[in-house]
Amino acid sequence: MSEKQTTNESRRGFVAGGVAAAAGLAIAPGVTLLDMAHARPENEAASGKNRWGLLIDTTKCKTGCTDCVTACFTENGVKQGDKETDPQWIRKVELKDLHSNKTASLPMMCQHCAHPPCVDVCPTGASFKRVDGIVLVDRHICIGCRYCMMACPYKARSFVHEPLTDQNPDVPRGMGCVEACTLCVHKIDRGDNNTACAEACKEGAILFGDLNDPESEIAKRVATYASTQVRADLGLNTGVRYQGI
Amino acid sequence: MGIPTIKTMGTWLASLAVVLAVGASSLAVADGGAKSPREAMLEGVKGDKCVAPTDDMRRNHMKYLKHHRDETMHQGIRTQQFSLKGCVECHASPKNNSVVGTNQNFCQGCHAYTGVKLDCFECHATKPKATAAFHPIAGQTGGLAANMRKEMGSAQSNVAGAAQ
Ligand code: HEC
Ligand code: HEC
Ligand code: HEC
Repeated sequence: MSEKQTTNESRRGFVAGGVAAAAGLAIAPGVTLLDMAHARPENEAASGKNRWGLLIDTTKCKTGCTDCVTACFTENGVKQGDKETDPQWIRKVELKDLHSNKTASLPMMCQHCAHPPCVDVCPTGASFKRVDGIVLVDRHICIGCRYCMMACPYKARSFVHEPLTDQNPDVPRGMGCVEACTLCVHKIDRGDNNTACAEACKEGAILFGDLNDPESEIAKRVATYASTQVRADLGLNTGVRYQGI
Repeated sequence: MGIPTIKTMGTWLASLAVVLAVGASSLAVADGGAKSPREAMLEGVKGDKCVAPTDDMRRNHMKYLKHHRDETMHQGIRTQQFSLKGCVECHASPKNNSVVGTNQNFCQGCHAYTGVKLDCFECHATKPKATAAFHPIAGQTGGLAANMRKEMGSAQSNVAGAAQ
Protein backbone atom coordinates (compact mmCIF):
# COMPACT_ATOMS: atom_id res chain seq x y z
CA MET A 1 0.00 0.00 0.00
CA SER A 2 1.40 3.36 -0.88
CA GLU A 3 0.56 6.27 1.37
CA LYS A 4 -1.18 9.02 -0.48
CA GLN A 5 -0.02 12.55 0.00
CA THR A 6 -2.53 14.75 1.74
CA THR A 7 -2.60 18.46 1.22
CA ASN A 8 -3.99 19.59 4.51
CA GLU A 9 -2.40 22.81 5.66
CA SER A 10 -3.17 22.09 9.28
CA ARG A 11 -0.87 19.09 9.33
CA ARG A 12 2.45 19.59 10.99
CA GLY A 13 3.95 17.28 8.40
CA PHE A 14 3.49 19.97 5.80
CA VAL A 15 6.35 21.89 7.33
CA ALA A 16 8.50 18.78 7.64
CA GLY A 17 7.88 17.98 3.96
CA GLY A 18 9.08 21.44 3.00
CA VAL A 19 12.26 20.84 4.94
CA ALA A 20 13.05 17.62 3.19
CA ALA A 21 12.71 19.33 -0.17
CA ALA A 22 14.92 22.15 1.01
CA ALA A 23 17.72 19.87 2.23
CA GLY A 24 21.13 21.23 1.35
CA LEU A 25 19.84 24.49 -0.14
CA ALA A 26 21.73 27.70 0.43
CA ILE A 27 19.90 30.13 2.75
CA ALA A 28 21.91 33.12 1.61
CA PRO A 29 24.97 33.36 -0.67
CA GLY A 30 27.74 31.41 0.97
CA VAL A 31 25.64 30.20 3.87
CA THR A 32 24.49 26.60 3.80
CA LEU A 33 22.80 24.69 6.56
CA LEU A 34 25.08 21.65 6.47
CA ASP A 35 22.99 20.04 9.19
CA MET A 36 20.05 19.80 6.82
CA ALA A 37 21.96 17.76 4.29
CA HIS A 38 21.60 14.81 6.64
CA ALA A 39 17.81 14.93 6.88
CA ARG A 40 16.32 11.92 5.15
CA PRO A 41 12.92 12.43 3.48
CA GLU A 42 10.19 11.12 5.77
CA ASN A 43 9.04 8.52 3.23
CA GLU A 44 12.53 7.09 2.82
CA ALA A 45 13.62 4.07 4.86
CA ALA A 46 16.72 4.10 7.04
CA SER A 47 19.80 3.05 5.08
CA GLY A 48 22.41 0.36 5.65
CA LYS A 49 24.96 2.84 4.34
CA ASN A 50 24.88 4.51 7.77
CA ARG A 51 26.04 3.14 11.05
CA TRP A 52 25.09 5.46 13.85
CA GLY A 53 27.24 5.46 16.94
CA LEU A 54 28.75 7.42 19.78
CA LEU A 55 32.32 8.15 20.75
CA ILE A 56 32.67 8.96 24.43
CA ASP A 57 35.80 10.72 25.64
CA THR A 58 36.15 9.63 29.27
CA THR A 59 38.98 12.13 29.82
CA LYS A 60 36.38 14.91 29.42
CA CYS A 61 33.56 13.20 31.34
CA LYS A 62 33.24 14.67 34.86
CA THR A 63 32.80 12.50 37.94
CA GLY A 64 29.46 13.27 39.57
CA CYS A 65 28.00 15.02 36.52
CA THR A 66 24.74 13.48 35.31
CA ASP A 67 23.68 16.01 32.66
CA CYS A 68 23.53 13.31 29.96
CA VAL A 69 21.33 11.13 32.15
CA THR A 70 18.94 13.98 32.92
CA ALA A 71 18.75 15.02 29.26
CA CYS A 72 18.06 11.45 28.15
CA PHE A 73 15.31 11.02 30.72
CA THR A 74 13.71 14.36 29.79
CA GLU A 75 13.83 13.64 26.06
CA ASN A 76 12.38 10.16 26.47
CA GLY A 77 9.93 10.85 29.28
CA VAL A 78 11.67 8.49 31.70
CA LYS A 79 10.89 9.51 35.28
CA GLN A 80 13.94 9.55 37.50
CA GLY A 81 12.82 7.28 40.33
CA ASP A 82 14.44 5.85 43.42
CA LYS A 83 13.45 2.19 43.11
CA GLU A 84 16.05 -0.32 41.93
CA THR A 85 13.56 -1.55 39.37
CA ASP A 86 12.96 1.85 37.78
CA PRO A 87 13.89 1.98 34.09
CA GLN A 88 17.32 3.34 33.36
CA TRP A 89 18.24 4.03 29.75
CA ILE A 90 21.64 5.49 30.59
CA ARG A 91 23.67 5.53 33.81
CA LYS A 92 26.94 6.97 35.02
CA VAL A 93 29.64 4.47 35.94
CA GLU A 94 32.78 5.26 37.95
CA LEU A 95 35.85 3.13 37.21
CA LYS A 96 38.99 2.75 39.26
CA ASP A 97 42.15 0.91 38.28
CA LEU A 98 43.20 -0.92 41.43
CA HIS A 99 46.93 -0.79 40.60
CA SER A 100 47.35 2.80 39.56
CA ASN A 101 44.26 4.25 41.29
CA LYS A 102 43.44 6.01 38.00
CA THR A 103 39.74 6.82 37.96
CA ALA A 104 37.38 7.40 35.08
CA SER A 105 33.74 8.37 34.81
CA LEU A 106 31.58 7.39 31.88
CA PRO A 107 27.99 7.06 30.73
CA MET A 108 26.90 3.48 29.95
CA MET A 109 23.93 2.70 27.74
CA CYS A 110 22.93 0.28 24.98
CA GLN A 111 26.13 -0.20 22.99
CA HIS A 112 24.22 -0.81 19.72
CA CYS A 113 26.21 -3.93 18.90
CA ALA A 114 26.63 -5.11 15.33
CA HIS A 115 26.08 -8.64 16.70
CA PRO A 116 23.63 -8.00 19.54
CA PRO A 117 23.14 -10.88 22.01
CA CYS A 118 19.71 -9.46 22.92
CA VAL A 119 18.56 -10.04 19.34
CA ASP A 120 19.96 -13.60 19.34
CA VAL A 121 17.97 -14.66 22.38
CA CYS A 122 14.66 -12.89 21.69
CA PRO A 123 11.97 -15.53 21.17
CA THR A 124 9.52 -13.24 19.34
CA GLY A 125 11.69 -11.09 17.09
CA ALA A 126 10.89 -7.99 19.15
CA SER A 127 14.59 -7.24 19.69
CA PHE A 128 16.03 -6.27 16.37
CA LYS A 129 18.76 -4.25 14.74
CA ARG A 130 17.74 -1.60 12.26
CA VAL A 131 19.80 -1.52 9.04
CA ASP A 132 21.55 1.62 10.23
CA GLY A 133 22.85 -0.18 13.33
CA ILE A 134 20.33 1.00 15.94
CA VAL A 135 19.29 -1.83 18.25
CA LEU A 136 15.65 -1.49 19.30
CA VAL A 137 12.77 -3.30 20.98
CA ASP A 138 9.60 -3.46 18.91
CA ARG A 139 7.28 -3.13 21.86
CA HIS A 140 4.31 -4.15 19.73
CA ILE A 141 5.89 -7.62 19.68
CA CYS A 142 7.71 -7.73 23.05
CA ILE A 143 6.11 -10.18 25.51
CA GLY A 144 8.19 -9.01 28.46
CA CYS A 145 10.12 -12.26 28.96
CA ARG A 146 13.37 -10.40 29.72
CA TYR A 147 15.73 -12.92 28.13
CA CYS A 148 17.40 -9.96 26.42
CA MET A 149 18.09 -8.31 29.76
CA MET A 150 19.92 -11.45 30.87
CA ALA A 151 21.85 -11.66 27.62
CA CYS A 152 23.06 -8.05 27.56
CA PRO A 153 26.64 -7.83 28.85
CA TYR A 154 26.17 -4.10 29.55
CA LYS A 155 23.05 -4.28 31.72
CA ALA A 156 21.66 -1.73 29.34
CA ARG A 157 18.03 -2.82 29.26
CA SER A 158 15.17 -2.19 31.69
CA PHE A 159 11.75 -3.65 32.24
CA VAL A 160 8.78 -1.39 32.87
CA HIS A 161 7.09 -2.68 36.01
CA GLU A 162 4.52 0.05 36.64
CA PRO A 163 1.76 1.53 34.49
CA LEU A 164 2.83 4.82 32.88
CA THR A 165 0.90 7.95 32.00
CA ASP A 166 1.70 11.22 30.24
CA GLN A 167 4.27 9.76 27.89
CA ASN A 168 6.10 11.98 25.44
CA PRO A 169 4.17 11.67 22.13
CA ASP A 170 7.45 10.99 20.31
CA VAL A 171 8.43 8.22 22.71
CA PRO A 172 5.69 5.71 23.52
CA ARG A 173 6.53 3.48 26.53
CA GLY A 174 4.47 1.19 28.67
CA MET A 175 4.24 -1.49 31.31
CA GLY A 176 5.22 -5.05 30.56
CA CYS A 177 7.88 -4.38 27.94
CA VAL A 178 11.64 -4.18 27.88
CA GLU A 179 13.18 -0.90 26.77
CA ALA A 180 16.59 0.73 26.39
CA CYS A 181 18.45 3.58 24.74
CA THR A 182 17.10 4.02 21.20
CA LEU A 183 19.98 6.30 20.19
CA CYS A 184 17.17 8.88 20.06
CA VAL A 185 15.86 7.19 16.92
CA HIS A 186 12.97 9.68 16.73
CA LYS A 187 15.50 12.51 16.59
CA ILE A 188 17.72 10.77 14.05
CA ASP A 189 14.74 10.11 11.79
CA ARG A 190 13.70 13.76 11.85
CA GLY A 191 17.24 14.81 10.97
CA ASP A 192 18.46 16.27 14.27
CA ASN A 193 21.70 14.38 13.66
CA ASN A 194 22.36 14.23 17.39
CA THR A 195 21.22 12.52 20.57
CA ALA A 196 19.86 14.21 23.70
CA CYS A 197 22.85 13.04 25.78
CA ALA A 198 25.40 14.40 23.32
CA GLU A 199 23.53 17.71 23.01
CA ALA A 200 23.48 18.07 26.80
CA CYS A 201 27.15 17.36 27.58
CA LYS A 202 28.83 20.68 28.38
CA GLU A 203 32.26 19.05 28.25
CA GLY A 204 31.70 17.81 24.71
CA ALA A 205 32.53 14.29 25.88
CA ILE A 206 29.88 12.60 23.74
CA LEU A 207 30.15 12.68 19.95
CA PHE A 208 27.31 11.31 17.82
CA GLY A 209 27.82 10.40 14.20
CA ASP A 210 28.00 7.94 11.32
CA LEU A 211 30.83 5.44 11.83
CA ASN A 212 30.48 4.39 8.19
CA ASP A 213 31.02 7.86 6.75
CA PRO A 214 34.78 8.43 6.46
CA GLU A 215 34.16 12.20 6.31
CA SER A 216 32.30 12.30 9.64
CA GLU A 217 33.97 13.63 12.76
CA ILE A 218 33.33 10.39 14.64
CA ALA A 219 34.85 8.18 11.94
CA LYS A 220 37.88 10.45 11.67
CA ARG A 221 38.44 10.36 15.41
CA VAL A 222 38.01 6.59 15.61
CA ALA A 223 40.53 6.26 12.75
CA THR A 224 43.04 8.63 14.39
CA TYR A 225 42.92 7.97 18.14
CA ALA A 226 42.87 4.80 20.19
CA SER A 227 39.36 3.91 21.27
CA THR A 228 37.97 1.00 23.22
CA GLN A 229 34.93 -1.21 22.91
CA VAL A 230 33.78 -2.29 26.34
CA ARG A 231 34.09 -6.08 26.53
CA ALA A 232 35.77 -6.14 23.13
CA ASP A 233 36.62 -9.78 23.91
CA LEU A 234 33.00 -10.69 23.15
CA GLY A 235 33.44 -9.59 19.54
CA LEU A 236 30.11 -7.75 19.43
CA ASN A 237 31.44 -4.77 17.43
CA THR A 238 29.78 -2.06 19.46
CA GLY A 239 28.50 1.19 17.98
CA VAL A 240 29.42 3.03 21.17
CA ARG A 241 33.16 3.50 21.64
CA TYR A 242 35.15 4.99 24.52
CA GLN A 243 38.38 6.96 24.64
CA GLY A 244 40.67 7.13 27.68
CA ILE A 245 39.86 3.83 29.37
CA MET B 1 -37.00 5.75 4.72
CA GLY B 2 -37.35 8.65 7.08
CA ILE B 3 -34.32 10.25 8.64
CA PRO B 4 -33.96 8.80 12.15
CA THR B 5 -33.44 10.91 15.22
CA ILE B 6 -30.11 9.87 16.56
CA LYS B 7 -29.92 9.80 20.33
CA THR B 8 -28.00 6.67 21.09
CA MET B 9 -24.85 5.10 19.80
CA GLY B 10 -26.97 2.12 18.74
CA THR B 11 -29.05 4.04 16.29
CA TRP B 12 -25.96 5.89 15.22
CA LEU B 13 -24.22 2.71 14.14
CA ALA B 14 -27.39 1.32 12.63
CA SER B 15 -27.70 4.38 10.48
CA LEU B 16 -23.99 4.25 9.82
CA ALA B 17 -24.54 0.96 8.01
CA VAL B 18 -27.34 2.51 5.98
CA VAL B 19 -25.26 5.52 5.13
CA LEU B 20 -22.31 3.39 4.09
CA ALA B 21 -24.63 1.37 1.88
CA VAL B 22 -26.05 4.37 0.08
CA GLY B 23 -22.73 6.15 0.04
CA ALA B 24 -24.02 9.35 1.57
CA SER B 25 -21.30 11.55 2.96
CA SER B 26 -22.76 13.03 6.10
CA LEU B 27 -24.45 11.63 9.16
CA ALA B 28 -25.35 14.92 10.72
CA VAL B 29 -28.95 14.78 11.77
CA ALA B 30 -31.09 17.52 13.19
CA ASP B 31 -31.98 16.66 16.76
CA GLY B 32 -33.54 19.74 18.20
CA GLY B 33 -30.06 21.10 19.04
CA ALA B 34 -28.76 18.07 20.97
CA LYS B 35 -25.63 16.52 19.58
CA SER B 36 -25.56 13.02 18.16
CA PRO B 37 -22.88 10.75 19.62
CA ARG B 38 -20.94 11.10 16.39
CA GLU B 39 -21.11 14.88 16.53
CA ALA B 40 -20.05 14.81 20.17
CA MET B 41 -17.05 12.64 19.36
CA LEU B 42 -16.03 14.77 16.42
CA GLU B 43 -16.52 18.06 18.26
CA GLY B 44 -13.46 20.25 17.90
CA VAL B 45 -11.78 17.92 15.39
CA LYS B 46 -9.09 19.72 13.46
CA GLY B 47 -9.50 20.15 9.73
CA ASP B 48 -12.56 19.23 7.70
CA LYS B 49 -11.55 15.86 6.38
CA CYS B 50 -9.70 12.83 7.61
CA VAL B 51 -6.43 11.45 6.22
CA ALA B 52 -8.44 9.14 3.93
CA PRO B 53 -12.13 9.15 2.90
CA THR B 54 -14.31 8.93 6.00
CA ASP B 55 -16.05 5.65 5.12
CA ASP B 56 -12.69 4.07 4.32
CA MET B 57 -11.30 5.26 7.65
CA ARG B 58 -14.23 3.76 9.54
CA ARG B 59 -13.61 0.37 8.02
CA ASN B 60 -9.86 0.26 7.62
CA HIS B 61 -8.14 2.55 10.11
CA MET B 62 -6.76 -0.45 12.05
CA LYS B 63 -5.08 -1.87 8.95
CA TYR B 64 -3.54 1.47 8.03
CA LEU B 65 -2.30 2.04 11.56
CA LYS B 66 -0.66 -1.36 11.87
CA HIS B 67 0.93 -1.17 8.43
CA HIS B 68 2.35 2.24 9.22
CA ARG B 69 3.46 1.10 12.66
CA ASP B 70 5.64 -1.67 11.22
CA GLU B 71 7.12 0.60 8.57
CA THR B 72 8.03 3.21 11.17
CA MET B 73 9.34 0.81 13.76
CA HIS B 74 11.51 -1.34 11.49
CA GLN B 75 12.40 0.90 8.57
CA GLY B 76 12.27 4.35 10.08
CA ILE B 77 9.67 5.57 7.57
CA ARG B 78 8.07 8.62 9.15
CA THR B 79 5.28 9.66 6.80
CA GLN B 80 2.50 11.58 8.52
CA GLN B 81 -0.65 10.23 6.88
CA PHE B 82 -1.31 7.20 9.09
CA SER B 83 0.78 8.20 12.05
CA LEU B 84 -0.93 7.50 15.38
CA LYS B 85 0.53 10.75 16.66
CA GLY B 86 -1.37 12.47 13.85
CA CYS B 87 -4.72 10.88 14.77
CA VAL B 88 -4.28 12.21 18.32
CA GLU B 89 -3.40 15.71 17.14
CA CYS B 90 -6.59 16.08 15.13
CA HIS B 91 -8.99 13.96 17.14
CA ALA B 92 -8.19 15.04 20.72
CA SER B 93 -11.34 16.50 22.28
CA PRO B 94 -11.16 20.13 23.35
CA LYS B 95 -12.81 19.06 26.64
CA ASN B 96 -9.94 16.98 28.03
CA ASN B 97 -7.39 17.41 25.20
CA SER B 98 -7.41 13.63 24.71
CA VAL B 99 -8.68 10.87 22.43
CA VAL B 100 -9.62 8.68 25.41
CA GLY B 101 -10.89 9.19 28.98
CA THR B 102 -14.65 9.36 28.45
CA ASN B 103 -17.06 7.77 26.00
CA GLN B 104 -17.39 11.14 24.30
CA ASN B 105 -13.71 10.94 23.37
CA PHE B 106 -13.08 9.93 19.80
CA CYS B 107 -11.18 6.63 19.94
CA GLN B 108 -12.65 5.43 23.23
CA GLY B 109 -16.25 6.36 22.38
CA CYS B 110 -16.54 4.18 19.32
CA HIS B 111 -14.36 1.42 20.73
CA ALA B 112 -16.39 1.19 23.92
CA TYR B 113 -19.56 0.90 21.89
CA THR B 114 -18.20 -1.69 19.48
CA GLY B 115 -16.50 -3.58 22.33
CA VAL B 116 -13.06 -3.53 20.74
CA LYS B 117 -10.25 -3.24 23.25
CA LEU B 118 -7.76 -0.52 22.43
CA ASP B 119 -4.44 -1.01 24.20
CA CYS B 120 -2.37 1.40 22.12
CA PHE B 121 -2.72 4.17 24.67
CA GLU B 122 -1.01 2.22 27.43
CA CYS B 123 2.15 3.38 25.67
CA HIS B 124 1.16 6.06 23.17
CA ALA B 125 0.44 9.57 24.40
CA THR B 126 -3.28 10.30 24.53
CA LYS B 127 -2.77 14.04 24.18
CA PRO B 128 -1.19 16.03 21.35
CA LYS B 129 2.33 17.27 21.80
CA ALA B 130 2.36 20.54 23.75
CA THR B 131 3.60 23.37 21.59
CA ALA B 132 6.34 25.76 22.67
CA ALA B 133 3.69 28.35 23.52
CA PHE B 134 1.98 26.07 26.03
CA HIS B 135 4.74 23.93 27.36
CA PRO B 136 7.59 25.43 29.39
CA ILE B 137 10.15 22.76 28.53
CA ALA B 138 9.18 22.11 24.92
CA GLY B 139 11.69 24.64 23.70
CA GLN B 140 14.55 22.85 25.46
CA THR B 141 13.81 19.40 24.18
CA GLY B 142 13.42 20.48 20.57
CA GLY B 143 17.08 21.37 20.21
CA LEU B 144 18.62 24.18 18.22
CA ALA B 145 18.86 22.24 14.98
CA ALA B 146 15.23 21.18 15.15
CA ASN B 147 14.05 24.72 15.81
CA MET B 148 16.19 26.12 13.03
CA ARG B 149 14.86 23.51 10.68
CA LYS B 150 11.29 24.38 11.61
CA GLU B 151 11.91 28.02 10.86
CA MET B 152 13.73 27.17 7.67
CA GLY B 153 10.85 24.93 6.68
CA SER B 154 8.29 27.69 6.91
CA ALA B 155 10.67 30.15 5.25
CA GLN B 156 11.19 27.70 2.40
CA SER B 157 7.49 27.03 1.94
CA ASN B 158 6.91 30.78 1.82
CA VAL B 159 9.55 31.05 -0.89
CA ALA B 160 8.01 28.15 -2.74
CA GLY B 161 4.59 29.81 -2.48
CA ALA B 162 5.93 33.09 -3.83
CA ALA B 163 7.61 31.37 -6.75
CA GLN B 164 4.42 29.73 -7.94
C1 HEC C 1 4.13 -1.45 24.82
C2 HEC C 1 4.14 -0.13 24.24
C3 HEC C 1 3.33 0.12 22.96
C4 HEC C 1 2.02 -0.25 22.72
C5 HEC C 1 1.04 -0.96 23.62
C6 HEC C 1 1.73 0.23 21.39
N1 HEC C 1 2.81 0.86 20.86
FE1 HEC C 1 2.94 1.69 19.01
N2 HEC C 1 4.84 2.27 19.38
C7 HEC C 1 5.55 1.97 20.51
C8 HEC C 1 6.92 2.40 20.35
C9 HEC C 1 8.03 2.27 21.36
C10 HEC C 1 7.01 2.97 19.05
C11 HEC C 1 8.25 3.58 18.36
C12 HEC C 1 8.22 5.07 18.47
C13 HEC C 1 9.24 5.75 17.59
O1 HEC C 1 10.29 5.20 17.27
O2 HEC C 1 8.95 6.87 17.19
C14 HEC C 1 5.68 2.88 18.48
C15 HEC C 1 5.35 3.38 17.24
C16 HEC C 1 4.11 3.25 16.66
C17 HEC C 1 3.73 3.84 15.40
C18 HEC C 1 4.60 4.74 14.54
C19 HEC C 1 4.69 6.11 15.17
C20 HEC C 1 3.40 6.90 15.03
O3 HEC C 1 3.00 7.61 15.97
O4 HEC C 1 2.79 6.84 13.98
C21 HEC C 1 2.43 3.49 15.15
C22 HEC C 1 1.57 3.85 13.96
C23 HEC C 1 2.00 2.69 16.27
N3 HEC C 1 3.03 2.57 17.17
C24 HEC C 1 0.75 2.15 16.39
C25 HEC C 1 0.30 1.45 17.49
C26 HEC C 1 -1.03 0.90 17.60
C27 HEC C 1 -2.10 1.01 16.54
C28 HEC C 1 -1.10 0.31 18.81
C29 HEC C 1 -2.31 -0.42 19.43
C30 HEC C 1 -2.81 -1.54 18.65
C31 HEC C 1 0.19 0.49 19.47
N4 HEC C 1 1.02 1.17 18.64
C32 HEC C 1 0.51 0.04 20.76
C33 HEC C 1 5.08 1.37 21.66
C34 HEC C 1 3.82 0.82 21.80
C1 HEC D 1 -6.19 16.44 9.65
C2 HEC D 1 -6.92 16.04 10.83
C3 HEC D 1 -7.17 14.54 10.99
C4 HEC D 1 -6.25 13.54 11.16
C5 HEC D 1 -4.73 13.66 11.17
C6 HEC D 1 -6.98 12.34 11.35
N1 HEC D 1 -8.32 12.58 11.26
FE1 HEC D 1 -9.80 11.19 11.37
N2 HEC D 1 -11.16 12.59 10.89
C7 HEC D 1 -10.91 13.96 10.75
C8 HEC D 1 -12.16 14.62 10.44
C9 HEC D 1 -12.32 16.11 10.20
C10 HEC D 1 -13.16 13.63 10.39
C11 HEC D 1 -14.66 13.82 10.05
C12 HEC D 1 -14.79 13.67 8.58
C13 HEC D 1 -16.21 13.78 8.10
O1 HEC D 1 -17.01 14.45 8.76
O2 HEC D 1 -16.51 13.18 7.06
C14 HEC D 1 -12.50 12.37 10.69
C15 HEC D 1 -13.17 11.14 10.74
C16 HEC D 1 -12.58 9.95 11.16
C17 HEC D 1 -13.27 8.68 11.31
C18 HEC D 1 -14.73 8.42 11.01
C19 HEC D 1 -15.57 8.81 12.17
C20 HEC D 1 -17.04 8.59 11.82
O3 HEC D 1 -17.55 7.52 12.14
O4 HEC D 1 -17.63 9.47 11.20
C21 HEC D 1 -12.36 7.78 11.76
C22 HEC D 1 -12.61 6.30 12.10
C23 HEC D 1 -11.10 8.46 11.89
N3 HEC D 1 -11.28 9.78 11.53
C24 HEC D 1 -9.95 7.87 12.35
C25 HEC D 1 -8.71 8.48 12.27
C26 HEC D 1 -7.45 7.80 12.53
C27 HEC D 1 -7.34 6.37 12.98
C28 HEC D 1 -6.46 8.70 12.29
C29 HEC D 1 -4.97 8.48 12.37
C30 HEC D 1 -4.46 7.52 11.40
C31 HEC D 1 -7.09 9.95 11.90
N4 HEC D 1 -8.44 9.79 11.91
C32 HEC D 1 -6.39 11.10 11.60
C33 HEC D 1 -9.69 14.58 10.89
C34 HEC D 1 -8.48 13.92 11.04
C1 HEC E 1 -16.39 4.57 13.95
C2 HEC E 1 -15.99 3.82 15.11
C3 HEC E 1 -14.48 3.82 15.45
C4 HEC E 1 -13.70 4.90 15.74
C5 HEC E 1 -14.09 6.36 15.79
C6 HEC E 1 -12.38 4.38 16.02
N1 HEC E 1 -12.38 3.00 15.89
FE1 HEC E 1 -10.77 1.79 15.95
N2 HEC E 1 -11.93 0.18 15.54
C7 HEC E 1 -13.29 0.21 15.37
C8 HEC E 1 -13.78 -1.14 15.18
C9 HEC E 1 -15.24 -1.55 14.96
C10 HEC E 1 -12.65 -1.99 15.24
C11 HEC E 1 -12.61 -3.52 15.11
C12 HEC E 1 -12.59 -3.89 13.66
C13 HEC E 1 -12.39 -5.37 13.46
O1 HEC E 1 -11.98 -6.06 14.39
O2 HEC E 1 -12.60 -5.79 12.35
C14 HEC E 1 -11.51 -1.12 15.47
C15 HEC E 1 -10.22 -1.59 15.58
C16 HEC E 1 -9.14 -0.78 15.85
C17 HEC E 1 -7.80 -1.27 16.01
C18 HEC E 1 -7.36 -2.70 15.95
C19 HEC E 1 -7.59 -3.28 17.33
C20 HEC E 1 -6.48 -4.17 17.79
O3 HEC E 1 -6.08 -4.06 18.96
O4 HEC E 1 -6.01 -4.96 16.97
C21 HEC E 1 -7.01 -0.19 16.30
C22 HEC E 1 -5.52 -0.20 16.54
C23 HEC E 1 -7.87 0.96 16.31
N3 HEC E 1 -9.15 0.58 16.03
C24 HEC E 1 -7.42 2.25 16.59
C25 HEC E 1 -8.26 3.35 16.68
C26 HEC E 1 -7.80 4.67 17.04
C27 HEC E 1 -6.37 5.03 17.41
C28 HEC E 1 -8.88 5.48 16.99
C29 HEC E 1 -8.93 6.99 17.27
C30 HEC E 1 -8.04 7.79 16.45
C31 HEC E 1 -10.02 4.68 16.57
N4 HEC E 1 -9.60 3.39 16.42
C32 HEC E 1 -11.30 5.15 16.37
C33 HEC E 1 -14.09 1.33 15.35
C34 HEC E 1 -13.65 2.63 15.55
